[in-house]
Amino acid sequence: MKIIVCIKQVPDTTEVKLNPETGTLIREGVSSIINPDDKAGLEAALRLKDACGASVTALSMGPLQADVALREALAMGADDAVLISDRAFGGADTWATSSTIASAIRKIGGYDLIITGRQAIDGDTAQVGPQIAEHLGLPNVSYAEALEIEGDTVIVKRQFEDRYHMIQVKMPCLITALAELNEPRYMTPGGIADAYRNKEITMLTRADLDVEDQNIGLKGSPTRVFKSFTKAVKGKGTVVNLEGSEAAAWLVERMKEKFIL
Amino acid sequence: MIFQLDKEHELTKQLFRNFAETEAKPLAQEVDEEERFPYETVRKMARYGFLGIPFAKEFGGQGCDSLTYAMCVEEMSRVCATTGVIVSAHTSLCAEPIHKYGSGEQKEKYLIPLAKGEKIGAFGLTEPGAGTDSAGQQTKAVLNGDHYVLNGTKIFITNGGVADIYIILAMTDKSKGNRGISAFIVEQGTEGFSIGKKELKMGIRGSSTTELVFENCIVPKENRLGEEGKGFGIAMGTLDGGRIGIAAQALGIAQGALDETVAYVKERKQFGKSISAFQNTQFQLADMKTQVEAARLLVYKAAWAKDNQKMFSAEAAMAKLFAAETAMSVTTKCVQLHGGYGYTRDYPIERMMRDAKITEIYEGTSEVQRMVIASGMLK
Repeated sequence: MKIIVCIKQVPDTTEVKLNPETGTLIREGVSSIINPDDKAGLEAALRLKDACGASVTALSMGPLQADVALREALAMGADDAVLISDRAFGGADTWATSSTIASAIRKIGGYDLIITGRQAIDGDTAQVGPQIAEHLGLPNVSYAEALEIEGDTVIVKRQFEDRYHMIQVKMPCLITALAELNEPRYMTPGGIADAYRNKEITMLTRADLDVEDQNIGLKGSPTRVFKSFTKAVKGKGTVVNLEGSEAAAWLVERMKEKFIL
Repeated sequence: MIFQLDKEHELTKQLFRNFAETEAKPLAQEVDEEERFPYETVRKMARYGFLGIPFAKEFGGQGCDSLTYAMCVEEMSRVCATTGVIVSAHTSLCAEPIHKYGSGEQKEKYLIPLAKGEKIGAFGLTEPGAGTDSAGQQTKAVLNGDHYVLNGTKIFITNGGVADIYIILAMTDKSKGNRGISAFIVEQGTEGFSIGKKELKMGIRGSSTTELVFENCIVPKENRLGEEGKGFGIAMGTLDGGRIGIAAQALGIAQGALDETVAYVKERKQFGKSISAFQNTQFQLADMKTQVEAARLLVYKAAWAKDNQKMFSAEAAMAKLFAAETAMSVTTKCVQLHGGYGYTRDYPIERMMRDAKITEIYEGTSEVQRMVIASGMLK
């Protein structure tokens, strides 16, 4: 079984701020990490590798610095890694990104399962995974919080707001993973050494991909960002110190006042 | 010269930082207060290969260098010095001498499980009457056919109560002084070998520091490490490496204290402003950062020297001397900058100060480090 896992390198957003003038992220001094949902997807793939010997390819699209995210994937146990990187792909929205990634996946070929994260913590669109499936004509199950392989199908526990669905889907297919899916493993020191000394990252540039110019990069991106801003801080909250049932009664009253209940 | 970690070491350091923050830090206060060995963290470190970092993969290790190992001890000690010394004593004092001096069979039998973290290691040299004067060994090993019979007591043994494999130094020929000392590999559970008193300590209170008692303990002849009479050289060579581990531990403690203090002085307000706005605070922080950075350069250089030079005694001794004194002075100043809160156990800084002290004492006191450094100069 061959699994392709899409990972995105994102700024560790716990500390990220917006530049109030340009509305863009201030990335200086902020460390980069593998997007948490994607990392859970990678862990899910590695567990399938441990259990049934699947091969795992980590795939990322981004600037050359995204190399580190792929080395990390290799150090965790991925078999190989592919980086899609070219200035021509810069400024891509979800449409252009998914078109580009789908084209790379077509080129890699031979896959049974594609796993992406649900959404990236820097963009929060949750669109790229399902769009890749659409481009490739694959069935897609999103929001996976558990998955297992049965024959040539995957059984996915799909999270909903107030329930979950159990969905059985035939491979090849695409699944988007939630961070809740699992607790990703750490790298090992020896794995990192191997990732840098003994492994190559395959580079795919514009010339390597069969995708139309109108579907890539900034020019191929129909999305226009109207405005980015940091939410204004609301007033201070109210702190009350009450015992359990009293606290509940107090809270119910306040919610009634606000017509929430 | 390049004073920058390469990408591989950078990512490895990030791994250790992340692991330490997630796994070791939340337990640090508890293992100190309860004087409890952090088995759960040690099991996880074993799973991720942290207990066999500088050994080749064929010996169950990670195939990394001494710098990677030192960074592991540094990052663990930055949040929990107990966790740091567990790695250091296991790796430098038990696995390393088997790696360096052991036979093929000994490596197969002992180094592989140690490097994989399936077994924990310890090292027994110190005795009640033989500390810095390690030639005053009273523990005796008498050859009797196919085995040695060990009698004596070791004290202050790190990982003493939890280890599976011990390197034990003992006199095989008292008349020869240092040249009458031999080294042995002794397994937990060997007849005649028991764990004595557990020490109640000032710092690194989660680490297991105990007496080891040998009463007609039977050790097979094939468990002698190196030749008979070569034990003193093995012990000294082992301590050279161990000093890099302890220097890294001291460096980590100092860095951890500094990080805590930088966060604290930005929050703490007096006279209507953060105490970080006062020049006294700023000058103290600047001095401490300079000291810590200098210690880091010495520690990393010693690790590099171990991998690239034949002799690294002086480098290891200078690293340990400077890093240990830095740890003590930085943690003391950090407690001062925390004021009254620094003296309470609500903040980790008092623990770091208690933990720092041992780095000036064990694996050769600071005075011994000066002796080692000077003896190299005056040869």
